[in-house]
Amino acid sequence: MTQTGAIDELNSPVPLTAPERGLAPRSRGEVTSLLLSVLTSDGGEAAELLPDLDAAASSALVSSEDMFRDEDLQLALHLLYILHTGPADFVHGDWEWHPSLIGVRGKIEHRFETALRALAPLPDLIPRSGPELAETLFSMTSAVAQPELATWAARHASVDQLREFLIHKSIYTLREADPHSWAIPRLRGRAKAALVEIQADEYGGGRPDHIHAEIFAGTLRGFDLDDRPDHYLDEVPAITLASVNAMNLFGLNRRLRGAAIGHLAAFEMTSSIPNGLHSRAFSRNGFGREVTWYFDEHVEADAVHEQIAAHDLAGGAADDEPGLIPDIIFGAASCLRLDDISGSHMLESWSAGESSLRKTPKEAVCG
Amino acid sequence: MDSSSDPVTITPCPDGPLLVRGDFTVLTAPGREERATDRRVVALCRCGKTGIPPLCDGSHRAVGFRAPAPPPTAVPPPGNR
Repeated sequence: MTQTGAIDELNSPVPLTAPERGLAPRSRGEVTSLLLSVLTSDGGEAAELLPDLDAAASSALVSSEDMFRDEDLQLALHLLYILHTGPADFVHGDWEWHPSLIGVRGKIEHRFETALRALAPLPDLIPRSGPELAETLFSMTSAVAQPELATWAARHASVDQLREFLIHKSIYTLREADPHSWAIPRLRGRAKAALVEIQADEYGGGRPDHIHAEIFAGTLRGFDLDDRPDHYLDEVPAITLASVNAMNLFGLNRRLRGAAIGHLAAFEMTSSIPNGLHSRAFSRNGFGREVTWYFDEHVEADAVHEQIAAHDLAGGAADDEPGLIPDIIFGAASCLRLDDISGSHMLESWSAGESSLRKTPKEAVCG
Repeated sequence: MDSSSDPVTITPCPDGPLLVRGDFTVLTAPGREERATDRRVVALCRCGKTGIPPLCDGSHRAVGFRAPAPPPTAVPPPGNR
């Protein structure tokens, strides 16, 4: 895609040439084709496309059969979310709060949330207090003792498979912790202090080189992979994007703050043991500390975070606002189910001797 | 964030590690100077199965370590129990 200059100068201290600005990702259907046209063109031209985009999203939502594997809709949601976080250098102009795009996002989110609630139904017995909720979360995440993907990776994963694993992981982990930070101003007291305590550690405790996303960028470089966010966007399938989109759905909607808490809790509570195994997978293939530091760091950090997340974040929020308890469980279950689906996708692809990445990087689909 | 005047708090987590917050240092062994970690909040292993002693690595969950919290109203026993 060629882009002619000058438009970004308003937003950039130094004018960027097209390659520096970054290429737009490839579209995956009618919705993303129109959305990318809007995001990469000038105001007037783009405005004419907005009604078409809205109609395309509505019709895609009607015909979509599996929200978690819908390439077009999951990419559309991802593109709409990165308007809030960046870098998204391919975007022209300021679209972050454009009512039409917020409207399209809302439609897709509604369907996505419905699908998640069906995927992650609530248990029959809902805990009634913070300590009961913490116990429920530990029991929901007890399978972490036998993590299937990480156990397999520690014993069998090849360098190529580990490269694919890092590429899937790069979409979220180069922004690690950011989606849950949206919940900070929406909590009070003990839950807020707990979330800040966890996030402060995620963000390096005042040391920029210890920011977890930066440590992960070092892992990518140590593997000769590109460390820019979304560099590998074209290669990751819908299910990888669905995991990240769920975090942003929960983080960016205040009414879903319970789900954001539950998601983070489940994420932290299923991290230490798998990260230890992944560290072993990389060491076994001859990679050194610059690659394994990220995984080793998470063994130690998340053993702390899981306790804070279960008892003080989730438990504290439950005691403060008992009405959040069902959504905390919903958020945790969503995290676990989506993790299962994306983990199975990798394992099944690799067991069949195939790549777990998308197979069509060459053909640009222009709707 | 200056925690130099923070008193140390130790919280035993049910079925899990000891969480330590405040102004503390964890050394690697008696008589040694090097720190085991410079994290602000640490989890110390309580189940004995960790691979990164003295810190917790989540192993208590794999071995089914049990250490329930006392009931909230429990009065500390007067002597040994």
